[in-house]
Amino acid sequence: MHRSGELYGQFETMDQQRESASLGMWVFLVTEVLFFGGMFMTYTLNRSTYPDVFGEASRSINLTLGAVNTVVLIGSSLTMAMAVWAAQVGKTRLVTFFLIATLILGTVFLGIKGVEYHEKFVEHHVPGLDFNFELGASPATNAHAQLFFSLYFAMTGLHALHMIIGAGLLLWLIKESLRGRFTASYNTPVENVGLYWHFVDIVWIFLFPLLYLIDRH
Amino acid sequence: MAVENGLPREHYLNATYGIRSWLLTTDHKRIAMLYLASVTFFFFIGGTFASMIRIHLLTPNGYLVSPETYNKLFTMHGVAMIFFFLIPSIPAVLGNFLIPLMIGAKDLAFPKINLLSWYIYVVGGCFVLYSFSTGGLDTGWTFYTPLSSVYSNSAVTPAVIGIFINGFSSILTGLNFIVTIHTMRAPGMTWFRLPLFVWAHYATSIIFILGTPVIAITLLLVGLERMFHLGFFNPALGGDPILFQHLFWFYSHPAVYIMILPAMGVISEIIPTFARKPIFGYSFIAGSSIAIAVIGFFVWAHHMFLTGESVYAALTFSLLSYLVAIPSAVKVFNWTSTLYKGSISFDTPMLYALGFIGLFLIGGLTGLFLACLGLDIHIHDTYFVVAHFHYIMVGGAVMGYVGGLHYWWPKITGRLYPEFLARIAAVTLFIGFNLTFFPQFILGYMGMPRRYSSYPPEFQALNVMSTAGASILALGYLLPMVYLIWSMRYGQVAGRNPWPATGLEWQTDSPPLTENFDVTPEVTWEAYDFANRPDLGLDVPGAPVHAHGDD
Repeated sequence: MHRSGELYGQFETMDQQRESASLGMWVFLVTEVLFFGGMFMTYTLNRSTYPDVFGEASRSINLTLGAVNTVVLIGSSLTMAMAVWAAQVGKTRLVTFFLIATLILGTVFLGIKGVEYHEKFVEHHVPGLDFNFELGASPATNAHAQLFFSLYFAMTGLHALHMIIGAGLLLWLIKESLRGRFTASYNTPVENVGLYWHFVDIVWIFLFPLLYLIDRH
Repeated sequence: MAVENGLPREHYLNATYGIRSWLLTTDHKRIAMLYLASVTFFFFIGGTFASMIRIHLLTPNGYLVSPETYNKLFTMHGVAMIFFFLIPSIPAVLGNFLIPLMIGAKDLAFPKINLLSWYIYVVGGCFVLYSFSTGGLDTGWTFYTPLSSVYSNSAVTPAVIGIFINGFSSILTGLNFIVTIHTMRAPGMTWFRLPLFVWAHYATSIIFILGTPVIAITLLLVGLERMFHLGFFNPALGGDPILFQHLFWFYSHPAVYIMILPAMGVISEIIPTFARKPIFGYSFIAGSSIAIAVIGFFVWAHHMFLTGESVYAALTFSLLSYLVAIPSAVKVFNWTSTLYKGSISFDTPMLYALGFIGLFLIGGLTGLFLACLGLDIHIHDTYFVVAHFHYIMVGGAVMGYVGGLHYWWPKITGRLYPEFLARIAAVTLFIGFNLTFFPQFILGYMGMPRRYSSYPPEFQALNVMSTAGASILALGYLLPMVYLIWSMRYGQVAGRNPWPATGLEWQTDSPPLTENFDVTPEVTWEAYDFANRPDLGLDVPGAPVHAHGDD
């Protein structure tokens, strides 16, 4: 484990080490954009092929829970940003506080997501498992609605997986922070996990309108 | 530190001992060796499948296996060679070993991530081997849906998972290279003093990080579709199989440049060394690598001219595909201009480099035939395509890899390979390769389709030639395998800079220290500048005084 502010052998200076870590994180996020990009492409194509069924299916998911989750997630981005700020100005206890707040909000998000998934199971809206969009729907409508829900589960599922990984990273940060590892001169891990957390947040900012809001006007 | 008549006393190979010191190493040079062993393993697996294909095609009705098994042979040949040999070969072996040495750094920016990428490769490889040994894989390496996601009865799921996992190994390697090249350069090592090998790897890394995640998510969707009977790419359920092809080729066409760009980097190092002349048009070769990486992302649908895509789309992709020829030709012209009035010696690496130029030229020009919309419709899915990409992949990428292995072998092991045998092997490879694949151009043009286990009797003569060539080619690969291993123990001690060459990697011991350099070097010379380098001990009359041939 990295001791606070220790210089790794391959680097010459702390600046070089910090710059490398930060650039590495940005490059990783570029990769992530393309990773989600393939799914957004699949979504876009299918939605433009079946606009009516996609609209109908979109209306059947729980807007309130989705909206609450959006607020929760934006709130968690705020607390994450505050944690990074606290680390930069060297307020060690505040770092821990904001990291814990972020973790709690992230967990709330995942909990609400779980409630939404449960609803889908109850409504037979889980693709592949006795899927039935609505009584009396034609086989074609059912198949196209199943496409929507396949994408819904794949996209929100991949997003939730990123949230779970993020929560794991937060746990690690909290543990390190409790030992007072993050100071004004050394806080790269907080900053990088922060970047990751904001990225996952932004993905949701796109997912929410695309999945919940396409036919509500 | 170098001892006159022996290897340096301490170097990365003998710094620590034991299996743990290898499996838990963070030294980029040792990780490169781990990769060398594992990609060689997959090369022989893929090569075995290739040999069986060629034996099978000796007779018109097939000599060896059933048509179903034949489908598995060419699929597993492609998967093993592309995902587990060609893509990681030069970057993860030579790039890993050399980039820190070439830029004067102690290691890559993230040594632990570097080790992680090897483990990811191994785990992905295990999944694929599991697929090969429990029913095989018969979808073609392209995994077209809905064959792969619904109808195939072979072990598609583990293979798809394996390639998905392996993708992260590429991504991490690319990420590590980009950050390293940005932040770890020694004092004085400016961007335009970087060896062209490093530029080529920078361009390759861009494709790694932008392309690989797309194939990962695509194969993930195929896997989900197969496991849970979803319909993303299945027309019976409203999905779109053509979308799969778009997503697949969005990665897999740039992946061709992942395989060839690093080889071009190797050639750009070998040619100035053995022509003893600064490379001609340094900045154009560097820029053309980036141009190939960028344009390469906008040509993918030329694989799909026959899918019924719109004529305007097809015309656009045809035109864009022609554009890739420009930076590729820039490289070939600049290499040949470097040779002009050079003091050329025909050492083994140079034989590979010259072979590369010829074979890449044929492969590249036939690529233009295929980029041509009208002509492609005639030769689409024939052996012409097979011959074309083997000229690029085997004649280009593998020639570059084997040439590079020879060129840097003295640096990697501290010992020289037997020169005479090595030259024989290089010539054997060249002859075997051409005899294997040139007849396939003719077969394809006459209309023999690829991926069929039988063919009309009139094609037999050319097929027998191709198989005969393959056996010579196999000999050409086994020979270096034997003498390179032999030379690790018995080869003549090489010294720091046996050729001599101008790069920083030749300034340190062979094999290098674990930390690469005793003191961080400071670079005060331009790349490939033989004239102003008295330390190389060369007398180069008439060599240009300026650093770059084009300055």
